[in-house]
Amino acid sequence: MTGEAINAIWLTLQLGVVTTVLLLAVSAPLAWWLAFSRSPLRLPVEVITTLPLVLPPTVLGFYLLILLGPAGPIGKWWVSATGDSLTFTYSGLVIASMVHTLPFVVQPMRQAFQDMGVAPLEEAATLGAGPVDRFFNVGLPLARRGMVTAAVLGFAHVLGEFGVVLMVGGNIPGQTKVVSITIYESVETLDYATAHLLSAGLLAVSFAVLLAVFALNRRIPLGAGR
Amino acid sequence: MKAPPGILHASFSLARGGFSLEADEQIELAGITALFGPNGSGKSLTLRTLAGLETPERGRITCNGETWLDTGQGVVMPAHRRPVAYVFQDARLFAHLSVERNLAFAEARARAGGPDVSRSDVIETFDIAGLLGRMPQGLSGGERQRVAMARALLSRPSLLLMDESLAALDVQRRAQALNFIEQIPERFGVPVIYVTHQIDEVVRLASNMVLIAGGRVEAQGPAAELMARLDLPPFTGRFEAGSLIEARVARHDDRFALTQLELAPGTTIEIPYLDYPAGETVRLRIRARDVSLATVKPKGISLRNVLEARVEEVQAEPDTAFAEIRLLLAGQALRARISRASVHELELEPGKQVYALVKATALDRRLLTRR
Repeated sequence: MTGEAINAIWLTLQLGVVTTVLLLAVSAPLAWWLAFSRSPLRLPVEVITTLPLVLPPTVLGFYLLILLGPAGPIGKWWVSATGDSLTFTYSGLVIASMVHTLPFVVQPMRQAFQDMGVAPLEEAATLGAGPVDRFFNVGLPLARRGMVTAAVLGFAHVLGEFGVVLMVGGNIPGQTKVVSITIYESVETLDYATAHLLSAGLLAVSFAVLLAVFALNRRIPLGAGR
Repeated sequence: MKAPPGILHASFSLARGGFSLEADEQIELAGITALFGPNGSGKSLTLRTLAGLETPERGRITCNGETWLDTGQGVVMPAHRRPVAYVFQDARLFAHLSVERNLAFAEARARAGGPDVSRSDVIETFDIAGLLGRMPQGLSGGERQRVAMARALLSRPSLLLMDESLAALDVQRRAQALNFIEQIPERFGVPVIYVTHQIDEVVRLASNMVLIAGGRVEAQGPAAELMARLDLPPFTGRFEAGSLIEARVARHDDRFALTQLELAPGTTIEIPYLDYPAGETVRLRIRARDVSLATVKPKGISLRNVLEARVEEVQAEPDTAFAEIRLLLAGQALRARISRASVHELELEPGKQVYALVKATALDRRLLTRR
């Protein structure tokens, strides 16, 4: 295997982990709010968080490119804050991956919170637990099955991403050149050996991760209040 | 430990999906107060409002001088700040925590300045030492309720709210659970508001009672007094209507397996043998349909309880053959349900002296409670 392919694998796994961890942190409060809020904003926000699921990756990638580019509102701020660009860099790739994968992480979490229901939260409140306390010590542990599902789906989705990465990250070895893009490039240059190797690798890794998590999930002895 | 009497003042109106609830009551919190009424009358909603789980459209709730809600001033104290614990019908133990950690959860969040309740106290009182390592999913309904009560008290509330806590239990478990509940105010110094639609639970537990029907509070006051009033809607159905009488165990008659209860000096009532020591005060509930009336003292009858009483009030039940009579018997109220024809024939009217004939075998032992 070429060094470039190894780099791509390493980069992809790293991107998967970083994106998933950041997404979990962002999505948990968001999913909580979506599950329990009675605000009129709930519906539009829910639609927005679901949009990446239905939009073609190129459309999403295009808008992200505009937003994150040095002339875009977020990109401009980022450049002035860090001196670095967001497009065609690893940081930009992480942000793009997060946006693209958001629904895969938010939906299972929201479902888990909804399945849990308000009953345990009311109970906790009458025992003197405030909102933050309830979120961390009752909500999250009771919904952990949903958290695991969300993490797996998120991670797997990041591994398989292609269109958005290509639009926002480009193809810079060691920075933004992930496995899916390396495979595409290998096929383009008729390097089937590398394409085979990476595809099989991605397949094996995805299978192993899903298998491990499903098996683990089955053993976690809980059901939110069921 | 004695529960410090507190004053709860609640005045609010709230609408939820076509149902509206109005309340404006001042309640003295001491011992156990029953919130009694038929299903769907708004009892649970009232309790949830007190706990801060529902916010009324407008209203004011104060407890012992502390304002929990004042919509006029924009004050809404959130549930977790109110010094109130809640035992739900379904117990609501945290499924991810063992019994011991469920208790620890409450202990860690105990209210400053609340009653001094310790873990060992509740474990002993509710007999849950053997359950500490178990997960809630493995507990029976009765065990869950006991853990839920223990956990609620460990959060050191100034007021404990209990919502149909025994509804999911069978008769035997319910009787056991009542023993545990009964002890709460005295033992931990926490007054209780207890929601139920079971009259026997009211008789058994409550010193005070709030009657609620159709989202309105119909009456409140001492439980015995309310049960004797004729003007209240028949909450328990005519068939079960009755009165609460307090009496002292006077003596036992082993030969005939009888126990004599003294209502007042010279006024006694005989009931089947009751395993309580002489001198103990008990409360018994006498159903109105088990009381007959006579204007002269009957002779040669099998009924052993013939008591002198005075008619206080006569109320015909419209569209039925019956009338309800409120009697005064040795200073206590007693209800009788007899036919309207008899009222007419015996010329019963307020002030008339009569003999009340009470069927001793009709005294339901379940309705007999220690005071």
